[in-house]
Amino acid sequence: MSVKLGVPSKGRLMDKTFQWFGDRGVTLARTGSEREYAGAVEGIDGVELVLLSAGEIPRELAAGRIHLGVTGTDMVREKLSQWDQKVAPLEELGFGQADLIIAVPACWTDVDSLEDLDAAAAAFRETHGFRLRIATKYHRLVRDFLRRAGVADYQLVDSQGATEGTVKNLTAEAVADITSTGETLRANHLKILSDGLVLKSQATLFKSRAAPMVNGERETWDALREKLDLE
Amino acid sequence: MTPARDIRAEAARLRARFEEAGAVPLETPVLQPAEVLLDLYGEDIRGRAYVTQDPARGEMMLRPDFTVPVVQMHMSHGAEPARYTYAGEVFRKQEDHPERASEYLQVGYEVFDGSDAAAADAEVFALFAQVLAPLGLRAATGDMGILTSAVQGLRTTERRKAALMRHVWRPRRFRALLDRYSGRTPVSAHRAALIAGKVPAVEAPHVGLRGPEEIAARIDWIREDAAAGPLSEEEVALLDAVLAVRETCPFALDHLRDIAVDLPAIAPAVERLSARIDALAARGVAVETLDFEAAYGRTSMEYYDGFVFGFYAEARPDLPPVATGGRYDALTRQLGQGAEIPAVGGVIRPGVIFDLGGLA
Repeated sequence: MSVKLGVPSKGRLMDKTFQWFGDRGVTLARTGSEREYAGAVEGIDGVELVLLSAGEIPRELAAGRIHLGVTGTDMVREKLSQWDQKVAPLEELGFGQADLIIAVPACWTDVDSLEDLDAAAAAFRETHGFRLRIATKYHRLVRDFLRRAGVADYQLVDSQGATEGTVKNLTAEAVADITSTGETLRANHLKILSDGLVLKSQATLFKSRAAPMVNGERETWDALREKLDLE
Repeated sequence: MTPARDIRAEAARLRARFEEAGAVPLETPVLQPAEVLLDLYGEDIRGRAYVTQDPARGEMMLRPDFTVPVVQMHMSHGAEPARYTYAGEVFRKQEDHPERASEYLQVGYEVFDGSDAAAADAEVFALFAQVLAPLGLRAATGDMGILTSAVQGLRTTERRKAALMRHVWRPRRFRALLDRYSGRTPVSAHRAALIAGKVPAVEAPHVGLRGPEEIAARIDWIREDAAAGPLSEEEVALLDAVLAVRETCPFALDHLRDIAVDLPAIAPAVERLSARIDALAARGVAVETLDFEAAYGRTSMEYYDGFVFGFYAEARPDLPPVATGGRYDALTRQLGQGAEIPAVGGVIRPGVIFDLGGLA
């Protein structure tokens, strides 16, 4: 049997992950055609590469179908309840940095903090007859954050992409999204609330707490751990 | 017999007890329109209720409680006075406590009778106390009406009172607002600039549905609020004194009457508490030993706004309360678009009774 390592199946996250492992003598590569999600591992025996969407990696780790996985902290916290009982973070990989933040239109000169957002939401509901809409794909994280902050009279509307555009398109009044440089936010005339940082995220190597290691997998894992210089 | 069958049998017995007490049995659909519940409880309820999608009816929720559908049924075709009972499953997500049941039975008793609030409160509590007596539970009681009348009685702006009332059920935000209004919170540079008439220059164009006039109106409120001056330390201390009341009923009543000398706005609510204690005593409840906590019921998501109560197994802190209930006039006002029906009721969890060895 082999130790299964889940890695994002495309884009910068995949390239950077391959590079991180490559720098440590473990060569990961996609095999077959461009469209086929198969992979190969060189430099260590007994490790199997599983290419997955970054959003599916938390679920696969929690279910114990992969032993190790690379994904963002944001994904793990959003997708898994009691995440720390299901997966263990082993190493932050130093890329894929992104902050989950709450942003409002820059023209809202009266709003700078969550307290302002709460007050604006109350007045908005009074005026418009519905709860102030915050577009996001991070429903759990944002809801928990706003509940702890005591913000009321808002609703989360689902947005799986181009979230920053929802305000201009009048489908939301505010957004909760990942940003790294803030460029897209500025381009869409949005500003981050001064206390609106929900989570700092980066690509992280996680280990499943549910996947048993049997038949030599533990030895493979020990060898891999040494190669990657993990504690 | 499996536990599930025992629990169901217990639920049927409880419902029969409530029918004997004069309640009409009701059935409500498991699938409830999500919109009504979201409007009442806000987005937080998504974290606790199961939401599902219906192609024709939109978002639906698996019944997280019976109160809303029962109130709706009563408002659409009930006549006062009315007493209802029901037994059925409710569904609650347990993200932080996966060991707790996410599907369990509730048996309820609800009274819609505006003729004598104290008597109706006492009727519900005494009935629950009697039914649960074999379990030797600790009862907790409170009254949200005392805190809300204390807020209404503050010598401050209507806008501040409305903001505090809006967060009565969110103790942390409530405290933050009190700190702001009493001048304990340092004013941020952003807010100070607004108060000083310096609106930050923004190069970005206006985007979104929230209009420039709404932004301008809120800046005016911030300035008005700054001009209104701080809430006095004395009044904040009185509010804290109200929230700290935690004694047996007779002592709590004395204590609140003392506070009412300096905070006369709570006097009517304190007299309602007094009438309730008398009504409870008249029904044979041992009020001398019954606990009263003014802050009880503040963190539950229910819309209780008067009398609140719960029954707990003290030896089993791992278990949820065996029963909870209270008065929810405000909920009927929200659901009835202004029409208010005085209502009080509660629910028992037969599954928790089973965990405690049953009533027999």
